[in-house]
Amino acid sequence: MAEPILAARGLSKTFRAGGALFGKPFHAVKDVSLAVAPGETLSVVGESGCGKSTLARMLVGLETPDEGEILFRGAPIRRDKALRRQVQMVFQDPYLSLNPRRTVLDIIAEPLDVHGLAKGAARRQRVEELLDSVGLDPAAATRFPHEFSGGQRQRIGIARALAAEPSVLVCDEPVSALDVSVQAQVVNLLIDLQKRLEIAIIFIAHDLAVVRAISSRVMVMYLGRAVEMGAADQVLVTPSHPYTVALRGSALEPDPARARLARGTAARGEPPNPVDPPPGCRFNPRCPRATDICRGEEPLLTPRPGTTAVACYHPVGREQLVGA
Amino acid sequence: MAEQADQPSVLSVSGLDVTFRTLRGEVKAVSDVSFTLKRGEVLALVGESGSGKSVSTRAVMGIVRGNASISAKRMQLAGHDLLTLDEDAKRKLRGRVISLVFQDALSALNPVLSIGDQLGELYRTHLGISKKEARERSIELLRAVRIASADRRIDDFPHQFSGGMRQRILIALAIALKPEVLIADEPTTALDVTVQAQILDLLDELREELGMAMLLITHDLGVVARTAERVAVMYAGRIVETGAVDDIFRAPAHPYTAALMASAPRIETVEKLEPIRGAPPSLIALPPGCAFHPRCARRGELCDKVRPELVAGPNGRSHACHYPLVEIAHG
Repeated sequence: MAEPILAARGLSKTFRAGGALFGKPFHAVKDVSLAVAPGETLSVVGESGCGKSTLARMLVGLETPDEGEILFRGAPIRRDKALRRQVQMVFQDPYLSLNPRRTVLDIIAEPLDVHGLAKGAARRQRVEELLDSVGLDPAAATRFPHEFSGGQRQRIGIARALAAEPSVLVCDEPVSALDVSVQAQVVNLLIDLQKRLEIAIIFIAHDLAVVRAISSRVMVMYLGRAVEMGAADQVLVTPSHPYTVALRGSALEPDPARARLARGTAARGEPPNPVDPPPGCRFNPRCPRATDICRGEEPLLTPRPGTTAVACYHPVGREQLVGA
Repeated sequence: MAEQADQPSVLSVSGLDVTFRTLRGEVKAVSDVSFTLKRGEVLALVGESGSGKSVSTRAVMGIVRGNASISAKRMQLAGHDLLTLDEDAKRKLRGRVISLVFQDALSALNPVLSIGDQLGELYRTHLGISKKEARERSIELLRAVRIASADRRIDDFPHQFSGGMRQRILIALAIALKPEVLIADEPTTALDVTVQAQILDLLDELREELGMAMLLITHDLGVVARTAERVAVMYAGRIVETGAVDDIFRAPAHPYTAALMASAPRIETVEKLEPIRGAPPSLIALPPGCAFHPRCARRGELCDKVRPELVAGPNGRSHACHYPLVEIAHG
């Protein structure tokens, strides 16, 4: 991999369930490390409560990690505003993340104002350029968010994130609120922007098929832990961690023959409450391959030559997936 | 499905129109929609937001909000004519003959009543049985939707269950009186991926156990592929294509169906996604001719002038397009 532009080392974040003082602490994210290079997309996949959104919020500085650090070109980001500017976020809900009382111009120009990048005519011109680059009419600048469809609003959200000329875009489920035909528009826009601007993208998602379309590499999270990480085709097409296998088996594909084969193979149970994770491997109560060792020491994400890194004592081999 | 071809239809709707009066004008949410559901089969109504898929089925259930006008040529449910039946008689059919699983399990359950009270109330109202017997039946029902330790969890409240468990409880409520038709409106949309698959499996098992027919409303082609036998694709309030799931996924005839499939990402292959340009039209100001023509790659001379009728072909296929991708009427 090329020199990473953004890296995270050993990030952990603890919240308290049921009140800051008397609540029970739990790890939303536990000891997660990652790195992305310019022009690369790393997707973070998992179900609700796996910590993917908390991870995203730490990367852009909306949450402070309890442990670990975030490095931009090798330098710790911390509170440095100039470095913060380099990592921008696209939010999930294009209806909630745009202020309804501000014009598109003011919404997109906010990063320009915050970082003192452009004023007056230059500010207006920059916003029009940004609108054009996300496929919207520059005349949209004078309008309000409610005048736009969901897909167009997400384009506005992307334009806002790009205003500060970031090197890294963190996208938190950017297409999950959109209709299928519109989803593809936004995914393609992100791919095009990435090629044009050489930005790195961290793409948070729960939909494996969308992830496959956009990712170079994929990290799978379960209850705050990274359980598998590697090249997108290896993780998604020939997964090794039993949880990734279960996710893959549950993915609904628009292919009747394939989809019917998957009937009756859904993973058992549901993700447990993160306040009380099971001892050992967090997936063991739901895992068809679990043995005694899995209930003991928690497995760590271990790189394996030629294939994905996996946190599992009994990874699934390629041969076992044939016909599955 | 060969064995279902001979089955009598349990729900048959034709020429259904639903119009809402709003301050901005008349909204034709559903126009001339017709479909039949045979005993035991799964028909999927698929479409994007605003396509009319939910409103159509709510019109059949008789639970569309007040400012709508509903008309149809025919609406037959298991031998009952829904067009002539009075409100009281229709209410008696709901639950017993036709039933609905909602999308959002948290808002569809009463937060201040225990699960046992909510299920028990249903039995006591409809069957007039004792409290004790209703409780026993409710526990059985929770077992039927695979809720572990049903006899203990019966006294829990909705917030004490996970999203997947709540969806199971909603399904339990819907199948309690063993209806002949189950309408499932985006039953898995709000759920996690692994739980989504479990719920689809459960619906499939229950359908077989109870011999119910299922009308599945979804925007997700993956859900259609996994669960349904036949599919009706809706766009801007109309059905634009129907047929067997295998036939339509193999060779869609309507350009909208084809475009919807091309825009859906797949895991096995990385091809560039082909989005449909533009956005679904406003139902207040529909484009003239075919409502899909402004977004259609195969648009021809007729498309902005004449609205294509739904043309029936062999194998129960039909499409509404002047320039279809597959000629089904002759072949």
